Amino acid sequence: MKIYPPPPPGTQPENACDAYRSTLLRAPRLAPVPLPHTPTELAGPRFDRLSISGESNLTNRGSAEPQGQRIVVAGKVIDEDGRPVRGALVEIWQANAAGRYLHSRDHHPAPLDPNFAGAGRALTDDDGVYRFLTIRPGAYPWRNHPNAWRPAHIHFSLFGAAWASRLVTQMYFPGDPLIPLDPILQSIPDEEAKRRLMSSFELDLTEPVWALGYRFNIVLRGREATPFEEPPCR
Amino acid sequence: MPLIPTASQTVGPFFNFALTADAALGAVAGPEAPGERIRLALRLLDGAGEPLRGDAMVEIWQAGADGQFAGAEETAGAGFRGFGRRETDTDGVCVFETVKPAAEPGSRGGAQAPHINLHVFARGLLRHLCTRVYFSGEPANSGDEALALVPAERRATLLAQPSPDEPGLWRLDIRLQGEGETVFFDV
Repeated sequence: MKIYPPPPPGTQPENACDAYRSTLLRAPRLAPVPLPHTPTELAGPRFDRLSISGESNLTNRGSAEPQGQRIVVAGKVIDEDGRPVRGALVEIWQANAAGRYLHSRDHHPAPLDPNFAGAGRALTDDDGVYRFLTIRPGAYPWRNHPNAWRPAHIHFSLFGAAWASRLVTQMYFPGDPLIPLDPILQSIPDEEAKRRLMSSFELDLTEPVWALGYRFNIVLRGREATPFEEPPCR
Repeated sequence: MPLIPTASQTVGPFFNFALTADAALGAVAGPEAPGERIRLALRLLDGAGEPLRGDAMVEIWQAGADGQFAGAEETAGAGFRGFGRRETDTDGVCVFETVKPAAEPGSRGGAQAPHINLHVFARGLLRHLCTRVYFSGEPANSGDEALALVPAERRATLLAQPSPDEPGLWRLDIRLQGEGETVFFDV
């Protein structure tokens, strides 16, 4: 018995995706074996008590402000019934404004920024809300195909209520001309599912004379198993 | 009408400084965790038999020696946490220090042998892969409801083997593709 329904067809990428060259030797060739959810999949690590307050600001790690456009990235983490996922660990990482990661294997000839590492963590609050202050990442070239560039993106890692809720994804920016050319985002067949990885600019999240605001809401797998809980909030 | 879960995207090649820099997250069982101490060495290989060197990450999730899962209060403690995360090294290997899990019940009154759940993330994986590690020679394996779903000739891909030289060390190769491809689960 699956407690969580499988995602609708086309709303998740398949690993076999020839346009993304790194999959060629890494995507399994055999079909996965369907597994009923056991207590192992329905439990999951909890991070509520992690002391990570202060790690949601990525702009104050150096001796000065990092280069680039300061942005707020915020949103709500909810389950498939629209209920807020409280105390969810949200981890993000990204390139700097020039499109360079603080990583020994990133050889893009763009400058590192001594004031920007590009990693942050936060826990969602009682309403499932998270909020980061960071800078807008730059696009960067990669070797997937001739003249290949990744659109600007922020990587997200989330733990929900259960092991089966685990999600690693990427958030993109509206209007980016590289989006139709990106084999990683275009690996998702369903157009609406692609669109949901697009953040939206919002004046309500924008801080006057400080930072532009982008909203990125996230839906994690999971439904309330018992009928005794309060009704879903939408 | 339920909402549709957000789509997965690859972890990419450059996650290490953010996700695997905190060594404490790899410690599945603190020094005070009860149970039989084991080390689990996993080697990740691609379809050409090449190790995934540094650009892959494994997360594990398991019950403790009492068959129970850890709660939030164990996140930072010295006891049993049940969760671990490691990047692969230059040989494609990651090692978890933990305790051997006890058997636990299955989905509908079925039985499960001691096992450890694995998530594999890597450059080149658009969705993480889900699999399990079982312990070779464990009598309960024959009654495990998940193993029973796996074609008999492929079950060995899930069985960690004890090291003949080092007591407590268990090894398993995770082959993402090709000859001897590891069984992955649709969870």
